[in-house]
Amino acid sequence: MSLSRPELQKMLDVVRATQPVEIDCDVCVMQVGEFAELNLLGKPIPEGLKAIEQHLSICEECREEYEMLFVALRNQDCH
Amino acid sequence: MTQDRDNYEWINALQAEGPLRETAVFDLREMLLIGLKAALKSRSDFVASLLDDFVQDSLVRILRSLDQFQNRSRFATWATAVAIRVALTELRKRRWRDVSLERLVADTGFEPSAAVEATPDQERPPIITAMYRIIGSNLTDKQRTVLLAEIKGMAQEEIARQMGCSRNALYKLSHDARQRLKQGLENAGFTAQEYAITIH
Repeated sequence: MSLSRPELQKMLDVVRATQPVEIDCDVCVMQVGEFAELNLLGKPIPEGLKAIEQHLSICEECREEYEMLFVALRNQDCH
Repeated sequence: MTQDRDNYEWINALQAEGPLRETAVFDLREMLLIGLKAALKSRSDFVASLLDDFVQDSLVRILRSLDQFQNRSRFATWATAVAIRVALTELRKRRWRDVSLERLVADTGFEPSAAVEATPDQERPPIITAMYRIIGSNLTDKQRTVLLAEIKGMAQEEIARQMGCSRNALYKLSHDARQRLKQGLENAGFTAQEYAITIH
């Protein structure tokens, strides 16, 4: 199997972060706004949003979307 | 006006009829335009001519999903998150639509037999050798395909399309694959600390 080192690392990282019960991408997009607002304010993440944090640690696409949302929110705050 | 509305006012206006709704839709469009521009500007595959389509598609999706807004964030934040999902899904589709899933997975050089034959290699951490073996022997063909395609960075929407399944079904396959791999590594005696190694 010719996976690159970063790809092997990525596989180990997602396996490590895998939990028996996880939310999917559709649930994530509906709740990630609250998670982003709390992070923007530097507030702690409540237990109810830990599933979002876990999902972002294993889902590259949702993580990318979250990072862009964060940029957009910061931009809104500047206006 | 856009910034003055609270969540209740947004939802109320967007679910109304006539001028109240028209104004709210106009304001939402303007807000998405600004939000998406800021969010996408650093992407090399984004071209400004796509922006209007992204905003229009996002508006449709948001207006159709109003009942899913749980009022746990600002409405503007929720709407922007949905719009980013819509835009990135389209950009990812464009990037991956001509890539064959079968070929991508085949190009990893991975076959079940290769994993079974994987022997300890002094230059390869034992956990990687174990991972090869487990992927080959413990996962179904579909689970292996999803896992490898995701690790290769292929868009989930495109993997689902080429496998003929829904995005939710794909996520379940991926989750099952990761769980089996994790269980296999634990059964082989690898602890969470050992997963945390950095591969050099």
